[in-house]
Amino acid sequence: MRDLLILGGGTAGTMVANKLRKRLERDAWRVTVVDRDDVHPYQPGYLFLPFGGYTEQQVVRSRHAFIADGVDLVLGDVDRVRPEANTVTLTDGRTLPYDYLVIASGTTPRPDQTPGMLGTEWRRRIFDFYTLDGAKALAEALKRFDHGRLVVHVTEMPIKCPVAPLEFAFLAEAWLRQKGVRDRVELTYVTPLPGAFTQPVASAHLGSMLDERKIAVEPDFMVERIDEERKTLVSYDEREVPFDLLVTVPLNMGADFVARSGLGDELNYVPVDKHTMLSRKHDNIFALGDASDIPASKAGSVAHFSVEIFVENFLEHVAGLPMTGAFDGHANCFVESGDGKGLLIDFNYDTEPLPGKYPLPRIGPMDLLKETRANHLGKLAFRWVYWNVLLPGRPIPLPALMSMAGKETEPTTATQER
Amino acid sequence: MPTTTIDGHVIHVDDEGFMTEYTEWSEPLGKALAAQIGIEMSDEHWKAIRFLRTDFADQGETATLRRVSVLGGIPTKQLFVLFPQKPAKKMAYVAGLPKPHGCV
Repeated sequence: MRDLLILGGGTAGTMVANKLRKRLERDAWRVTVVDRDDVHPYQPGYLFLPFGGYTEQQVVRSRHAFIADGVDLVLGDVDRVRPEANTVTLTDGRTLPYDYLVIASGTTPRPDQTPGMLGTEWRRRIFDFYTLDGAKALAEALKRFDHGRLVVHVTEMPIKCPVAPLEFAFLAEAWLRQKGVRDRVELTYVTPLPGAFTQPVASAHLGSMLDERKIAVEPDFMVERIDEERKTLVSYDEREVPFDLLVTVPLNMGADFVARSGLGDELNYVPVDKHTMLSRKHDNIFALGDASDIPASKAGSVAHFSVEIFVENFLEHVAGLPMTGAFDGHANCFVESGDGKGLLIDFNYDTEPLPGKYPLPRIGPMDLLKETRANHLGKLAFRWVYWNVLLPGRPIPLPALMSMAGKETEPTTATQER
Repeated sequence: MPTTTIDGHVIHVDDEGFMTEYTEWSEPLGKALAAQIGIEMSDEHWKAIRFLRTDFADQGETATLRRVSVLGGIPTKQLFVLFPQKPAKKMAYVAGLPKPHGCV
């Protein structure tokens, strides 16, 4: 009996378990998933919770419900991986052996890593929306907020769902307008990157979206600390951004057990080959989803597309054959822009987001890099797809690798900002 | 990709002037690139730039400020002193590497 052990029962881990259970013979392979709890969140839904868009019941399910028969779900905290012994020990003392290990333990916001963030103002004037508790607490705070400085802030890249803070700013702007208090609120977007948009074609198409919404941008801002007394973000180069309500995306880090096991980089991500997701150090360890260091967006779509490539590769690898699939970093992300509209972006390691139609050339129905109602509806519909098609590992008729068909490579209608 | 001439070196650059060919870079060129953005290279500047060059050869990606600070041993605060205002972008420029970017 061979053991496939999967650490993490989120998007990537659940898909891997369900897809490989169907492909690996039951009398030859045991498949086990370890997670610390039995709560599977639909993380894209967190974005809407602060504005009363979803209820908790719509974004949280049991992990058990989505893991196929024939897969063992073990609940427990991982203490460490022992690659030299091919075992994983849990904090309660249990030891799990493996022949092949998949690390799919994701990435987590770490407000403890920025001085002053997790202090007296946490969940009073400082909020995150990447956790269920944070998103719910922020909903209460937004109900009471009717004037002052609202600051949307990204601590450091990479973060999961890198467009979410921008979406939050757009949704907040529309929501304040609908409440009739927009003119009493100063809205600022603070980013460590050189701008809200940094890719040439996206900047040309979308660069004016913040100006049009009167959202000020504070670029190249690397926060060093938060001054709790003065309710101010302070950067390494002594710039200051005061706030009345701060919505921050804390530093994101991979799981601590990855670091304890000596398997992580400076942010606890597992270094892997970016095309096969095989560990650079160990021939029987893979890292999938947000847990790896691949230079792709940390997003559910990347987890999904990379798992499709991984499953075929894994079957070759365990048979002693070379892996023939090569993941291209394909990501596909809806970007809510407020007022019932949204954008869609589709890109990979080598190709930046371009305008065009998706998934069918000339037909769509989605438009790339353009605000439409159809894109917003697509985003809302995806929640159903996630629970009912994606997690169970049913086939989705979208190619895993990015396609250039339907993309405009010479954007002629782009208008340059300023 | 367009080419440009910096201090007698012909190099391939993108439309913001960032070098696109890893192998076209040399330390004298790095010094000339630094001068273009008003930086005079000290030993400490070189420590950062050499780390970025080596790390890129190994990783295929331009190191983040955190990586330069944790693995390269230069605190983030000091990187802002050495390469004022935009250290990530300026270091990439001087080291002849792709500049940091987001997904859109």
